[in-house]
Amino acid sequence: MNLHEYQAKELLKRYNVPTQEGIAVETVEDAIKAYEQTATATNTKFVVMKAQIHAGGRGKGTMREVPEQHGVKVVKSAEEAGTVAKNILGNTLVTIQTGEAGKVVSKLLIAQDMYYDGPSDRKEFYLSILLDRAKKQNVIMYSTEGGMDIEEVAHHTPEKIHKEWIAPGMSLQAFQARNIAFNLGLSGDAFKNMVKFVTNLYNAYVGLDCSMLEINPLFKSADDKIIAVDCKMNIDDNAMMRHKDIEALRDTSEEDPTEVEAGAFNLNYVKLDGNVGCMVNGAGLAMATMDMIKLAGGEPANFLDVGGTANAQTVEAGFRIIMKDPNVKAILINIFGGIVRCDRVAAGVIEAYNNLGNINIPIIVRLQGTNAEVAKELIVNSGLKVQSAILLSEAASLVQAAIK
Amino acid sequence: MAVLVNKNSKVIVQGFTGTEGTFHATQMLEYGTNVVGGVTPNKGGTMHLDRPVFNTVKDAVVATGADVSIIFVPPAFASDAIMEAADAGIKVIICITEGIPVQDMIIAKNYIQNRDCRLIGPNCPGVITAGEAKVGIMPGFVFKPGRIGIVSKSGTLTYEAADQAVKAGMGISTAIGIGGDPIIGTTTREAVELLMNDPETDGIIMIGEIGGNMEAEAAMWLKENMRKPVVGFIAGQTAPPGRRMGHAGAIVGGADDTAAAKMKIMSECGIHVVASPADIGITMANVINK
Repeated sequence: MNLHEYQAKELLKRYNVPTQEGIAVETVEDAIKAYEQTATATNTKFVVMKAQIHAGGRGKGTMREVPEQHGVKVVKSAEEAGTVAKNILGNTLVTIQTGEAGKVVSKLLIAQDMYYDGPSDRKEFYLSILLDRAKKQNVIMYSTEGGMDIEEVAHHTPEKIHKEWIAPGMSLQAFQARNIAFNLGLSGDAFKNMVKFVTNLYNAYVGLDCSMLEINPLFKSADDKIIAVDCKMNIDDNAMMRHKDIEALRDTSEEDPTEVEAGAFNLNYVKLDGNVGCMVNGAGLAMATMDMIKLAGGEPANFLDVGGTANAQTVEAGFRIIMKDPNVKAILINIFGGIVRCDRVAAGVIEAYNNLGNINIPIIVRLQGTNAEVAKELIVNSGLKVQSAILLSEAASLVQAAIK
Repeated sequence: MAVLVNKNSKVIVQGFTGTEGTFHATQMLEYGTNVVGGVTPNKGGTMHLDRPVFNTVKDAVVATGADVSIIFVPPAFASDAIMEAADAGIKVIICITEGIPVQDMIIAKNYIQNRDCRLIGPNCPGVITAGEAKVGIMPGFVFKPGRIGIVSKSGTLTYEAADQAVKAGMGISTAIGIGGDPIIGTTTREAVELLMNDPETDGIIMIGEIGGNMEAEAAMWLKENMRKPVVGFIAGQTAPPGRRMGHAGAIVGGADDTAAAKMKIMSECGIHVVASPADIGITMANVINK
C-alpha cells in the first residue's frame, strides 16, 4: 500500500525522524492560511507547495490544464500561494512516472522552506531502505548524489552508491550508522544528527512494516540539521493486519476504481490495455493464461485471480469487472479444478451468465481437472453462447478464432 | 522414495483443528499420507480426525516421532509456527500459509538457517510424492505416479503441468511447490538439485515466474549439472513492470527479473524453454524420448 508524502512524514515523526514540517490542505483558502501560518512560524516568506500524488517526478512534472505550473513550487507571498493552489488543486499532474494520463491532485502539502542560509553548506543526499531478496536481509542504499534520479546515478557512477545490510531481527548497529554518516562526508553536529536519523529511520522501516522507504532528498541544512525533505513509503500489504491505523490512510482515489471494486470481492485484479479478458484460479496460471492470449494473437485485458473458490458469486463479480472495460472483445475463463470441482464451476458460470443477461462478446470456458467432462457437457447443453474447452491448447485456438 | 516426503514420512499438521487444517488433513489422510497427529495450542490431549492433538510441536515429535510438518496457521502466527517446528527437530517443514509479512519471514528464514531442517514455502501448494504421500493442498488424482519431477512457484500451474505430463504418457515422481513469496525456504535451484540427484526422477519441469533471480540461479547451476532433461516455463511474459501479479514476489523490479530475461538465460544454460504453458507436457515427452 502506497502512502502520500504528508502521511509518510506523520508516521516518521512517531519514530523521532526529523521531517520538513508541513500542513496538508484541499482548498485554495486553506492553502493561503497554511502559507501564512508557515511563513510566520519559520520567520521567512519562502514556503514550499507540493502536489500530493502517488508518483515521483513532481518537481519536473507539469499541470495539464496550466502547463507552466510544476507540481512543486517555492512561493514568496500569500497571493502567489493562492495562485499556485488554484493552478494545482483539482487539476491533473503529468510526470515521468504517471504516464500520459497523469493524476488529479486533491491535496497540497504546504511545507517550510529548508534551504535557508547558515554557517555551513547545504547538502542533498539519497537514502532508501528495502528488501534484498537475494540476501534475505534489509538493505540501506545511500549516496551523496541526492535529489536526482538514483537509477541514473547507479548506472553512470555505481561507486557513488553505498550499501549497509542489516542482520535479521537486529536494529541498525551503531558502526553501520557511523559508516553511513562518514560515507556521506559528514562531521560535527551533522554527523551526530545523521547517526540518530538513520537509526530511527530503520526502526520506522521495521516498525511500520515498510516494503520500501525512500528519502530523497535527505537534507543537511545550513545549520547542520538532518531532515527528510521528501518521503516515499510503501507498506507491506501482508502486514496490514497489524497496522489498522495505517489502513485508514489508504487513498483509493489514487488506485484504479475497478481494482478497488475487485478488491471488495476478494478478487485479485490488475487492469491492462489488451482486448481479451481472463478469469483464472491461481496467480501463476493467471499469468500463464495472459501469456497464452498474447501467443494466440490477442492482448490480455487484465490479470484476474479468483482464488480457490470459483463459485457463482465470484464468477459473476469477475464477469462484471472484466466487462466494465470497453476494449474487451472476448473473455477466457481458465479454471483448473482440483479440490473445486469443475461441474460446480460450470454451474456457477451458467448461473452468472444468466444473471447478467445480454453478454455480446464470445466467452470461452476452459475447465480442467475434477469432473472436467461433466462440466463440458453442462456448458454445451446450457444453450448459452459459451464455447468450451478442456485442453489449454484448445482454449488457445478458440481465443485465436474469437478475436479474428 | 523420490524426494522430501514418502510413504514412511510421519506427518503432523500445525493448525490441525482449524477449518483449513481439518479440510486438508482429511484429504491427505484419504490420499494415504501417514498423518500421525497435529498441533493446536491449548487443545493438547484431545483427538481430532482420530489423531492425537498436541499443545506444542515438541510434544508431538516426542510422542509420534514426526519428521514432517505442514503448516495451516494464519499469516500473523505462521513464522512463529515455522520456528517452532525447526526448534522441535522437524526435518521437512511445509508452510502453506499465504500472506506472511516479509519482516517476519526475514527472521524465520534466519532462524532455521543453521538448523537441520528444510523449509518449503510459504505461500505454496506443498509437496506430493505420487502414490506415496501428499503433504499439501493439491488435487492428488492429477499426479499419476511416474518419473517426472516438478518444481514450481505456482499452485494451479503445477497441477496444469502434472496433468499435461500425464496426458503425454508420463507420470510424476515428486512435485515441489516452492511458493510465490519474496522470501521462501527452498529456492528453485535447491529443489531442482534434489530432483537431479533423485534416482527415481528422469526429467524435470521447472516453472517460474517474474520477480527475483531464482530461476537464473537455477539455470546457472544446471549448466554445469544437467544430467537429465529440464523443461522450463516462466509465467508473466505479458506482466507490466512494477505491478504485483497476485503472488507477493511476482513483480518486475528491473531488467533481470522479467520473463524474457529469465527465459533467455534458461535457454542459454540448456533448459528446454517453452513460450506457451500449453506446451509443457508435450515438450517434456519429446525431449525425454530422444
